Amino acid sequence: MKNKISRRSFLKGTMATACALAAAGIPASAAGAAGKEQLATLLDIRKCIGCEACVEACKEVNGQKFPDPKKPFPKMYPDRVPVMDWSDKQDVTDRLTPYNWLFIQHANVKINGDETELTIPRRCMHCVNPPCVKLCPWGSAKLLENGISRIDPELCLGGAKCKAVCPWHIPERQTGVGLYLDMLPSMAGNGVMYKCDRCYNRIAEGELPACIEACPEDVQTIGPRDEIIKKAHELAKEIGGYIYGEKENGGTNTIYVSPVPFEELNQAIEKGKGKPHLQTVKDSMADSNNLAVAMIIAPFAGLAAAAGKYYKMTKTGK
Amino acid sequence: MNFDKNTSKSKQNKIIRYLYRVTIFFLVLTGFGNMPIFKRYYIADIPGLGWLAEYYVTLYIHYLFAILLIGIISYLIIEYLLTKRKSIKITLSGYIRGSVVAGLLITGILLVIRNHEISGFAPGFIIFLYLCHLTLVMVLIMAGLYSIIFKKKWYYRFR
Repeated sequence: MKNKISRRSFLKGTMATACALAAAGIPASAAGAAGKEQLATLLDIRKCIGCEACVEACKEVNGQKFPDPKKPFPKMYPDRVPVMDWSDKQDVTDRLTPYNWLFIQHANVKINGDETELTIPRRCMHCVNPPCVKLCPWGSAKLLENGISRIDPELCLGGAKCKAVCPWHIPERQTGVGLYLDMLPSMAGNGVMYKCDRCYNRIAEGELPACIEACPEDVQTIGPRDEIIKKAHELAKEIGGYIYGEKENGGTNTIYVSPVPFEELNQAIEKGKGKPHLQTVKDSMADSNNLAVAMIIAPFAGLAAAAGKYYKMTKTGK
Repeated sequence: MNFDKNTSKSKQNKIIRYLYRVTIFFLVLTGFGNMPIFKRYYIADIPGLGWLAEYYVTLYIHYLFAILLIGIISYLIIEYLLTKRKSIKITLSGYIRGSVVAGLLITGILLVIRNHEISGFAPGFIIFLYLCHLTLVMVLIMAGLYSIIFKKKWYYRFR
Protein backbone atom coordinates (compact mmCIF):
# COMPACT_ATOMS: atom_id res chain seq x y z
CA MET A 1 0.00 0.00 0.00
CA LYS A 2 1.52 3.26 -1.11
CA ASN A 3 1.53 6.09 1.39
CA LYS A 4 0.84 9.33 -0.41
CA ILE A 5 0.28 12.74 1.08
CA SER A 6 -3.44 13.29 1.20
CA ARG A 7 -4.60 16.90 0.86
CA ARG A 8 -6.06 16.72 4.33
CA SER A 9 -2.83 15.44 5.89
CA PHE A 10 -0.83 18.13 4.16
CA LEU A 11 -3.11 20.90 5.38
CA LYS A 12 -3.10 19.56 8.91
CA GLY A 13 0.67 19.25 8.86
CA THR A 14 1.03 22.84 7.72
CA MET A 15 -1.36 24.07 10.39
CA ALA A 16 0.66 22.32 13.04
CA THR A 17 3.80 23.98 11.73
CA ALA A 18 2.12 27.33 11.84
CA CYS A 19 1.09 26.70 15.45
CA ALA A 20 4.66 25.76 16.35
CA LEU A 21 5.86 28.99 14.80
CA ALA A 22 3.24 31.01 16.66
CA ALA A 23 4.07 29.30 19.93
CA ALA A 24 7.71 30.17 19.46
CA GLY A 25 6.64 33.79 19.20
CA ILE A 26 5.11 33.89 22.70
CA PRO A 27 8.35 34.56 24.60
CA ALA A 28 9.09 37.50 22.33
CA SER A 29 5.73 39.14 22.93
CA ALA A 30 5.97 38.58 26.68
CA ALA A 31 9.12 40.67 26.64
CA GLY A 32 7.02 43.77 26.31
CA ALA A 33 5.21 43.05 29.56
CA ALA A 34 8.18 43.82 31.82
CA GLY A 35 10.37 46.88 31.83
CA LYS A 36 8.40 48.71 34.49
CA GLU A 37 10.35 51.11 36.63
CA GLN A 38 12.14 49.35 39.46
CA LEU A 39 13.09 51.14 42.67
CA ALA A 40 16.66 50.84 43.82
CA THR A 41 18.51 52.01 46.93
CA LEU A 42 21.97 53.51 47.01
CA LEU A 43 23.95 53.02 50.22
CA ASP A 44 27.00 55.22 50.77
CA ILE A 45 28.98 53.15 53.26
CA ARG A 46 31.30 56.02 54.17
CA LYS A 47 28.41 57.82 55.83
CA CYS A 48 27.24 54.94 58.00
CA ILE A 49 28.21 55.32 61.68
CA GLY A 50 26.71 52.04 62.84
CA CYS A 51 24.20 53.71 65.16
CA GLU A 52 21.58 51.05 64.33
CA ALA A 53 18.78 53.61 64.07
CA CYS A 54 17.75 51.85 60.86
CA VAL A 55 17.71 48.47 62.62
CA GLU A 56 15.47 49.79 65.40
CA ALA A 57 13.18 51.60 62.97
CA CYS A 58 12.80 48.45 60.88
CA LYS A 59 11.83 46.43 63.96
CA GLU A 60 9.39 49.04 65.16
CA VAL A 61 7.67 49.63 61.84
CA ASN A 62 7.52 46.00 60.77
CA GLY A 63 6.71 44.62 64.21
CA GLN A 64 3.13 43.86 63.24
CA LYS A 65 4.43 41.59 60.47
CA PHE A 66 6.60 39.53 62.82
CA PRO A 67 5.60 35.92 63.49
CA ASP A 68 3.70 35.00 66.62
CA PRO A 69 4.17 31.25 66.95
CA LYS A 70 2.10 29.09 69.27
CA LYS A 71 4.00 26.51 71.21
CA PRO A 72 4.51 23.63 71.43
CA PHE A 73 5.26 23.23 67.72
CA PRO A 74 3.81 20.13 66.05
CA LYS A 75 6.48 17.46 65.79
CA MET A 76 7.96 17.20 62.33
CA TYR A 77 9.24 14.04 60.64
CA PRO A 78 11.89 12.95 60.03
CA ASP A 79 14.02 14.04 63.00
CA ARG A 80 16.50 15.93 60.87
CA VAL A 81 13.95 18.66 60.02
CA PRO A 82 15.40 21.78 61.67
CA VAL A 83 13.21 23.64 64.12
CA MET A 84 14.05 27.33 63.81
CA ASP A 85 12.72 29.23 66.77
CA TRP A 86 13.68 32.86 67.22
CA SER A 87 10.59 33.86 69.18
CA ASP A 88 12.56 33.95 72.45
CA LYS A 89 15.47 35.79 70.83
CA GLN A 90 13.68 38.69 69.23
CA ASP A 91 16.26 41.17 70.48
CA VAL A 92 19.10 39.68 68.46
CA THR A 93 20.37 42.38 66.09
CA ASP A 94 23.80 41.15 65.10
CA ARG A 95 22.45 38.91 62.32
CA LEU A 96 19.35 38.38 60.19
CA THR A 97 16.51 36.55 61.91
CA PRO A 98 12.75 36.33 61.33
CA TYR A 99 12.50 39.26 63.77
CA ASN A 100 15.47 41.22 62.48
CA TRP A 101 15.41 41.98 58.80
CA LEU A 102 18.30 44.44 58.73
CA PHE A 103 21.58 44.43 60.64
CA ILE A 104 24.88 46.24 60.68
CA GLN A 105 28.00 44.46 59.52
CA HIS A 106 31.36 45.68 60.83
CA ALA A 107 34.58 45.66 58.82
CA ASN A 108 38.00 46.80 60.03
CA VAL A 109 39.88 48.01 57.00
CA LYS A 110 42.75 50.33 56.11
CA ILE A 111 41.95 53.52 54.22
CA ASN A 112 45.05 55.46 53.17
CA GLY A 113 47.06 53.53 55.71
CA ASP A 114 44.70 54.31 58.62
CA GLU A 115 42.77 51.60 60.40
CA THR A 116 39.07 52.40 60.07
CA GLU A 117 35.91 50.57 60.94
CA LEU A 118 33.33 50.61 58.19
CA THR A 119 29.75 49.69 59.04
CA ILE A 120 27.43 48.30 56.42
CA PRO A 121 23.63 47.92 56.70
CA ARG A 122 22.77 44.49 55.28
CA ARG A 123 19.46 43.05 54.21
CA CYS A 124 17.80 41.44 51.21
CA MET A 125 19.33 42.76 47.99
CA HIS A 126 15.99 42.81 46.10
CA CYS A 127 17.41 41.29 42.96
CA VAL A 128 16.14 42.30 39.54
CA ASN A 129 15.44 38.63 38.71
CA PRO A 130 15.16 37.18 42.22
CA PRO A 131 15.69 33.41 42.46
CA CYS A 132 13.77 33.38 45.75
CA VAL A 133 10.67 34.52 43.89
CA LYS A 134 11.21 32.64 40.67
CA LEU A 135 12.14 29.30 42.19
CA CYS A 136 9.71 29.11 45.09
CA PRO A 137 7.86 25.86 44.25
CA TRP A 138 4.65 27.26 45.59
CA GLY A 139 4.60 30.83 44.35
CA SER A 140 4.48 32.36 47.81
CA ALA A 141 7.33 34.77 47.10
CA LYS A 142 6.24 37.64 44.90
CA LEU A 143 7.98 40.20 42.77
CA LEU A 144 6.24 43.54 42.82
CA GLU A 145 6.29 45.86 39.83
CA ASN A 146 8.65 48.24 41.61
CA GLY A 147 11.25 45.50 42.04
CA ILE A 148 10.52 44.63 45.64
CA SER A 149 10.58 40.91 46.37
CA ARG A 150 8.34 39.88 49.18
CA ILE A 151 7.47 36.56 50.79
CA ASP A 152 3.76 36.29 51.49
CA PRO A 153 3.49 34.98 55.08
CA GLU A 154 0.00 33.64 54.45
CA LEU A 155 1.15 31.35 51.65
CA CYS A 156 4.71 30.43 52.60
CA LEU A 157 5.16 26.89 53.87
CA GLY A 158 8.67 27.43 55.19
CA GLY A 159 10.35 25.03 52.75
CA ALA A 160 13.42 27.30 52.70
CA LYS A 161 14.23 26.67 49.07
CA CYS A 162 14.34 30.46 48.73
CA LYS A 163 17.09 30.57 51.33
CA ALA A 164 19.06 27.87 49.54
CA VAL A 165 18.85 29.48 46.10
CA CYS A 166 19.48 33.02 47.35
CA PRO A 167 23.19 33.70 46.77
CA TRP A 168 23.27 35.47 50.15
CA HIS A 169 20.93 33.02 51.92
CA ILE A 170 18.87 35.92 53.24
CA PRO A 171 15.41 34.54 54.14
CA GLU A 172 15.14 33.33 57.74
CA ARG A 173 12.67 30.73 58.93
CA GLN A 174 10.43 30.78 61.98
CA THR A 175 8.85 27.43 62.76
CA GLY A 176 5.35 27.16 64.12
CA VAL A 177 3.52 29.74 62.04
CA GLY A 178 1.79 29.75 58.70
CA LEU A 179 -0.23 27.68 56.32
CA TYR A 180 1.65 24.43 56.90
CA LEU A 181 -0.05 24.10 60.28
CA ASP A 182 -3.39 23.73 58.49
CA MET A 183 -2.11 21.12 56.06
CA LEU A 184 0.09 18.26 57.17
CA PRO A 185 2.48 19.86 59.66
CA SER A 186 4.29 16.68 60.56
CA MET A 187 5.22 15.78 57.01
CA ALA A 188 5.35 18.95 54.93
CA GLY A 189 6.37 22.52 55.55
CA ASN A 190 8.18 24.04 58.49
CA GLY A 191 6.98 27.57 59.21
CA VAL A 192 7.34 30.79 57.28
CA MET A 193 10.34 32.59 55.79
CA TYR A 194 10.95 36.24 56.66
CA LYS A 195 13.10 38.95 55.13
CA CYS A 196 13.15 42.63 54.31
CA ASP A 197 10.17 43.60 52.18
CA ARG A 198 11.43 47.15 51.71
CA CYS A 199 8.39 48.41 53.59
CA TYR A 200 6.31 47.71 50.50
CA ASN A 201 3.16 48.95 52.23
CA ARG A 202 4.81 52.29 53.10
CA ILE A 203 6.13 52.67 49.57
CA ALA A 204 2.65 51.99 48.23
CA GLU A 205 1.48 55.00 50.24
CA GLY A 206 4.27 57.21 48.97
CA GLU A 207 6.34 56.97 52.16
CA LEU A 208 9.96 55.97 52.54
CA PRO A 209 11.09 52.62 53.91
CA ALA A 210 11.59 52.95 57.67
CA CYS A 211 15.36 52.41 57.54
CA ILE A 212 15.85 55.21 55.05
CA GLU A 213 13.68 57.65 56.97
CA ALA A 214 15.33 56.89 60.30
CA CYS A 215 18.93 57.25 59.18
CA PRO A 216 20.49 60.37 60.75
CA GLU A 217 23.37 60.33 58.28
CA ASP A 218 21.41 59.92 55.01
CA VAL A 219 23.29 56.78 54.14
CA GLN A 220 20.51 55.61 51.84
CA THR A 221 18.96 57.16 48.77
CA ILE A 222 16.02 55.56 46.99
CA GLY A 223 14.88 56.20 43.45
CA PRO A 224 14.38 54.71 39.99
CA ARG A 225 17.03 52.10 39.27
CA ASP A 226 18.61 53.86 36.29
CA GLU A 227 19.04 57.04 38.28
CA ILE A 228 20.45 55.27 41.29
CA ILE A 229 22.99 53.37 39.20
CA LYS A 230 24.04 56.61 37.57
CA LYS A 231 24.44 58.24 41.00
CA ALA A 232 26.40 55.26 42.23
CA HIS A 233 28.84 55.55 39.36
CA GLU A 234 29.20 59.28 39.88
CA LEU A 235 29.84 58.81 43.57
CA ALA A 236 32.29 55.98 43.03
CA LYS A 237 34.17 58.07 40.50
CA GLU A 238 34.23 61.05 42.88
CA ILE A 239 35.68 59.12 45.81
CA GLY A 240 37.70 56.58 43.84
CA GLY A 241 35.37 53.97 45.25
CA TYR A 242 33.79 50.66 44.36
CA ILE A 243 30.29 49.43 43.65
CA TYR A 244 28.51 46.28 44.81
CA GLY A 245 25.05 45.10 43.86
CA GLU A 246 24.80 46.51 40.38
CA LYS A 247 25.80 43.35 38.56
CA GLU A 248 25.67 40.77 41.33
CA ASN A 249 23.28 37.91 40.60
CA GLY A 250 22.38 39.48 37.29
CA GLY A 251 21.64 42.83 38.96
CA THR A 252 20.07 43.86 42.26
CA ASN A 253 18.24 46.94 43.48
CA THR A 254 20.62 47.48 46.40
CA ILE A 255 23.71 49.39 45.32
CA TYR A 256 26.54 49.81 47.81
CA VAL A 257 29.34 52.30 47.25
CA SER A 258 32.49 51.81 49.29
CA PRO A 259 35.87 53.58 49.49
CA VAL A 260 37.47 50.17 49.84
CA PRO A 261 37.28 47.23 47.40
CA PHE A 262 34.52 44.79 48.27
CA GLU A 263 36.93 41.85 48.21
CA GLU A 264 38.66 43.52 51.14
CA LEU A 265 35.37 44.20 52.90
CA ASN A 266 34.32 40.62 52.35
CA GLN A 267 37.52 39.42 54.04
CA ALA A 268 36.97 41.78 56.95
CA ILE A 269 33.34 41.06 57.79
CA GLU A 270 32.06 38.22 59.93
CA LYS A 271 30.19 35.85 57.66
CA GLY A 272 27.98 32.93 58.54
CA LYS A 273 24.40 32.09 59.37
CA GLY A 274 22.31 35.21 59.01
CA LYS A 275 25.46 37.16 58.09
CA PRO A 276 25.67 37.47 54.31
CA HIS A 277 28.92 37.82 52.37
CA LEU A 278 30.04 40.49 49.94
CA GLN A 279 31.50 38.24 47.24
CA THR A 280 30.91 38.70 43.55
CA VAL A 281 27.92 36.65 42.49
CA LYS A 282 27.27 35.51 38.96
CA ASP A 283 23.72 35.48 37.62
CA SER A 284 22.35 32.31 39.20
CA MET A 285 19.38 32.12 36.84
CA ALA A 286 21.52 32.56 33.71
CA ASP A 287 22.31 28.90 32.99
CA SER A 288 18.71 27.74 32.94
CA ASN A 289 17.41 30.89 31.25
CA ASN A 290 19.96 30.44 28.47
CA LEU A 291 18.99 26.78 28.13
CA ALA A 292 15.37 27.83 27.89
CA VAL A 293 16.11 29.44 24.54
CA ALA A 294 16.58 25.92 23.18
CA MET A 295 12.90 25.31 23.93
CA ILE A 296 12.08 27.55 21.01
CA ILE A 297 14.17 25.42 18.70
CA ALA A 298 12.88 22.09 20.03
CA PRO A 299 9.50 22.00 18.22
CA PHE A 300 11.26 22.73 14.95
CA ALA A 301 13.70 19.92 15.52
CA GLY A 302 10.82 17.51 16.10
CA LEU A 303 9.01 18.88 13.10
CA ALA A 304 12.06 18.53 10.88
CA ALA A 305 12.59 14.95 12.01
CA ALA A 306 8.98 14.02 11.27
CA ALA A 307 8.96 15.85 7.96
CA GLY A 308 12.20 14.15 7.01
CA LYS A 309 10.83 10.72 7.77
CA TYR A 310 7.67 11.53 5.89
CA TYR A 311 9.55 12.75 2.83
CA LYS A 312 11.58 9.57 2.85
CA MET A 313 8.39 7.51 3.09
CA THR A 314 6.74 9.16 0.10
CA LYS A 315 9.91 8.86 -1.94
CA THR A 316 10.37 5.17 -1.29
CA GLY A 317 6.65 4.51 -1.57
CA LYS A 318 6.44 2.69 1.78
CA MET B 1 -12.64 -1.27 10.72
CA ASN B 2 -10.59 -4.05 12.20
CA PHE B 3 -7.95 -3.19 14.74
CA ASP B 4 -4.86 -5.22 15.32
CA LYS B 5 -4.47 -5.29 19.06
CA ASN B 6 -0.95 -6.59 18.72
CA THR B 7 0.70 -3.35 17.78
CA SER B 8 3.92 -4.51 16.23
CA LYS B 9 6.64 -2.10 17.11
CA SER B 10 9.27 -1.07 14.62
CA LYS B 11 12.74 -0.32 15.89
CA GLN B 12 12.20 3.38 15.44
CA ASN B 13 9.00 3.14 17.41
CA LYS B 14 10.81 1.35 20.23
CA ILE B 15 13.47 4.05 20.40
CA ILE B 16 10.86 6.79 20.64
CA ARG B 17 8.97 4.92 23.33
CA TYR B 18 12.13 4.37 25.34
CA LEU B 19 13.17 8.02 24.97
CA TYR B 20 9.72 9.17 26.00
CA ARG B 21 9.68 7.02 29.13
CA VAL B 22 13.18 8.07 30.18
CA THR B 23 12.27 11.71 29.57
CA ILE B 24 9.10 11.52 31.65
CA PHE B 25 10.97 9.69 34.42
CA PHE B 26 13.65 12.37 34.71
CA LEU B 27 11.12 15.16 34.41
CA VAL B 28 9.09 13.74 37.29
CA LEU B 29 12.24 13.10 39.34
CA THR B 30 13.75 16.54 38.87
CA GLY B 31 10.31 18.12 39.11
CA PHE B 32 9.92 16.70 42.61
CA GLY B 33 13.52 17.69 43.24
CA ASN B 34 12.53 21.29 42.66
CA MET B 35 10.55 21.04 45.89
CA PRO B 36 12.42 20.84 49.21
CA ILE B 37 11.63 17.18 49.88
CA PHE B 38 14.57 15.02 48.79
CA LYS B 39 16.95 16.32 51.44
CA ARG B 40 14.30 16.19 54.13
CA TYR B 41 13.48 12.59 53.37
CA TYR B 42 17.11 11.40 53.10
CA ILE B 43 16.87 10.61 49.39
CA ALA B 44 19.67 13.01 48.59
CA ASP B 45 21.80 11.17 51.15
CA ILE B 46 21.93 8.10 48.93
CA PRO B 47 25.41 7.96 47.38
CA GLY B 48 25.34 9.44 43.90
CA LEU B 49 22.01 11.17 44.43
CA GLY B 50 23.28 14.25 46.22
CA TRP B 51 22.54 16.32 43.14
CA LEU B 52 18.83 15.83 43.78
CA ALA B 53 19.08 18.41 46.55
CA GLU B 54 20.96 20.94 44.42
CA TYR B 55 18.18 23.21 43.18
CA TYR B 56 20.04 24.80 40.29
CA VAL B 57 21.06 21.33 39.05
CA THR B 58 17.55 19.87 39.22
CA LEU B 59 16.22 22.96 37.46
CA TYR B 60 18.75 22.70 34.65
CA ILE B 61 18.13 18.98 34.14
CA HIS B 62 14.38 19.57 34.26
CA TYR B 63 14.76 22.11 31.46
CA LEU B 64 16.97 19.73 29.47
CA PHE B 65 14.45 16.92 29.50
CA ALA B 66 11.62 19.36 28.87
CA ILE B 67 13.40 20.37 25.67
CA LEU B 68 13.69 16.71 24.73
CA LEU B 69 10.01 16.18 25.50
CA ILE B 70 9.00 19.12 23.31
CA GLY B 71 11.05 17.63 20.47
CA ILE B 72 9.57 14.15 20.93
CA ILE B 73 5.97 15.39 21.16
CA SER B 74 6.39 17.66 18.12
CA TYR B 75 7.82 14.75 16.18
CA LEU B 76 4.99 12.43 17.20
CA ILE B 77 2.23 14.92 16.44
CA ILE B 78 3.56 15.85 13.01
CA GLU B 79 4.26 12.22 12.20
CA TYR B 80 0.73 11.28 13.21
CA LEU B 81 -0.81 14.09 11.16
CA LEU B 82 1.23 13.37 8.08
CA THR B 83 1.40 9.61 7.98
CA LYS B 84 -0.39 7.68 10.63
CA ARG B 85 -3.96 8.92 10.50
CA LYS B 86 -4.92 6.11 8.15
CA SER B 87 -2.98 3.41 9.89
CA ILE B 88 -3.51 3.92 13.61
CA LYS B 89 -6.28 4.97 15.91
CA ILE B 90 -5.55 6.69 19.22
CA THR B 91 -7.29 5.20 22.22
CA LEU B 92 -9.18 7.03 24.96
CA SER B 93 -6.34 6.53 27.42
CA GLY B 94 -4.01 7.83 24.72
CA TYR B 95 -6.03 11.02 24.33
CA ILE B 96 -6.24 11.49 28.10
CA ARG B 97 -2.53 11.00 28.65
CA GLY B 98 -1.76 13.14 25.62
CA SER B 99 -3.89 16.01 26.92
CA VAL B 100 -2.26 15.81 30.33
CA VAL B 101 1.21 15.94 28.77
CA ALA B 102 0.07 18.86 26.62
CA GLY B 103 -1.19 20.64 29.74
CA LEU B 104 2.11 19.99 31.49
CA LEU B 105 4.03 21.37 28.53
CA ILE B 106 1.91 24.50 28.36
CA THR B 107 2.07 25.23 32.10
CA GLY B 108 5.74 24.32 32.08
CA ILE B 109 6.58 26.68 29.25
CA LEU B 110 4.70 29.49 30.95
CA LEU B 111 6.68 28.84 34.13
CA VAL B 112 9.92 28.95 32.11
CA ILE B 113 8.92 32.32 30.70
CA ARG B 114 8.13 33.51 34.19
CA ASN B 115 11.58 32.46 35.39
CA HIS B 116 13.01 34.88 32.94
CA GLU B 117 13.48 38.49 33.88
CA ILE B 118 11.04 39.62 31.22
CA SER B 119 7.84 38.19 32.63
CA GLY B 120 5.24 40.33 34.32
CA PHE B 121 2.83 37.61 35.38
CA ALA B 122 0.48 38.29 38.28
CA PRO B 123 1.36 36.38 41.49
CA GLY B 124 -2.06 34.72 41.57
CA PHE B 125 -1.57 33.41 38.06
CA ILE B 126 1.82 31.99 39.00
CA ILE B 127 0.36 30.05 41.93
CA PHE B 128 -2.39 28.80 39.60
CA LEU B 129 0.28 27.62 37.12
CA TYR B 130 2.16 25.74 39.85
CA LEU B 131 -1.00 24.08 41.15
CA CYS B 132 -1.99 23.05 37.61
CA HIS B 133 1.47 21.76 36.88
CA LEU B 134 1.62 19.70 40.07
CA THR B 135 -1.94 18.39 39.73
CA LEU B 136 -1.33 17.36 36.12
CA VAL B 137 1.78 15.45 37.17
CA MET B 138 -0.26 13.52 39.74
CA VAL B 139 -2.90 12.79 37.10
CA LEU B 140 -0.24 11.64 34.65
CA ILE B 141 1.32 9.33 37.21
CA MET B 142 -2.05 7.81 38.07
CA ALA B 143 -3.06 7.51 34.40
CA GLY B 144 0.28 5.92 33.62
CA LEU B 145 0.00 3.41 36.46
CA TYR B 146 -3.57 2.58 35.46
CA SER B 147 -2.51 2.07 31.86
CA ILE B 148 0.35 -0.20 32.88
CA ILE B 149 -1.77 -2.28 35.25
CA PHE B 150 -4.73 -2.62 32.92
CA LYS B 151 -2.58 -2.81 29.76
CA LYS B 152 -4.11 0.24 28.11
CA LYS B 153 -2.37 1.30 24.91
CA TRP B 154 -1.84 4.69 23.32
CA TYR B 155 -3.09 3.47 19.94
CA TYR B 156 -4.26 0.50 17.86
CA ARG B 157 -3.04 -0.36 14.41
CA PHE B 158 -5.54 -0.88 11.58
CA ARG B 159 -5.33 -4.34 10.02
